[in-house]
Amino acid sequence: MTLRKYFVLAGVSVFAVTGDSLVSDGMKHVGSISLQHLPDIILVVFRPEVALGVLFLLAFFACYTTALSWADLTYVLPATSVSFILLTLVARFVLHETVSLTRWLGVLLISIGVGVVTQGPELTHHSRDAGTGKCPTTPVTARVEP
Amino acid sequence: MPDHAGHRKGGTMKPLYAWGAIAIIVSASTAGDVLLSRAMKQVGDVGELRRRAGVGAVLVRVLRNPNFLLGVLAMAAAFYAMLFGLSWADVSLVIPASTSLTFVTNAMAAKVFLHERVDHRRWLAAVAVAGGVILLAI
Repeated sequence: MTLRKYFVLAGVSVFAVTGDSLVSDGMKHVGSISLQHLPDIILVVFRPEVALGVLFLLAFFACYTTALSWADLTYVLPATSVSFILLTLVARFVLHETVSLTRWLGVLLISIGVGVVTQGPELTHHSRDAGTGKCPTTPVTARVEP
Repeated sequence: MPDHAGHRKGGTMKPLYAWGAIAIIVSASTAGDVLLSRAMKQVGDVGELRRRAGVGAVLVRVLRNPNFLLGVLAMAAAFYAMLFGLSWADVSLVIPASTSLTFVTNAMAAKVFLHERVDHRRWLAAVAVAGGVILLAI
């Protein structure tokens, strides 16, 4: 893995957490939306918090699709769940919130998941060459960096 | 009485709606992830392609990929289902439930549709992260 790839994975984590937080904050102010008022769900993206959240989610999407261009889905998803750990650490040490033992156990489990998956190769399957429709002559795993 | 799953402003209880939204989020997210992953593998390493042919070529190749467009549609469906879900239930239910379930369904879908080698290491990672997300929400 190159440093650039680590930055892309970090971007997935940070932008997703920020975007989700902003969108959920905006939705708290909106309240319940009835199925009879479907246009409301479209108009809600013009709320400032939701709009900013959508911008962060677009940045997340760019990093996410970039990561998927060189790594398996089953590598990218657990590897980027480090965002949950960051969020808990920020809650405890920056916001000085009380973090229960159960939540620390959750952090431990996620850390184990991240650690386990990142020890393996990021790409395991034989993908088709872009645009040619032909399978590569060498296994993709042979290109995986240590 | 503390606010919990299915209770929102005004005390309206909509647990069925909330879990329906979670089911749609999980299904649409999984479909979107699989389609996007397939599309990006067809496009190739974006970094290498950008260095070789420029940003314009990357954008053209990505945006002309049908799997990418279908994946974006599925992700948009998941996003709007999430907005509905958040308006019907607490974020502490909707996000962890949909996220943890998506980790497991993605591992299954990646094995079946993308032919990824989901070995014990990756299953352990998916289940550990899904379990961890649930514990964080308790």
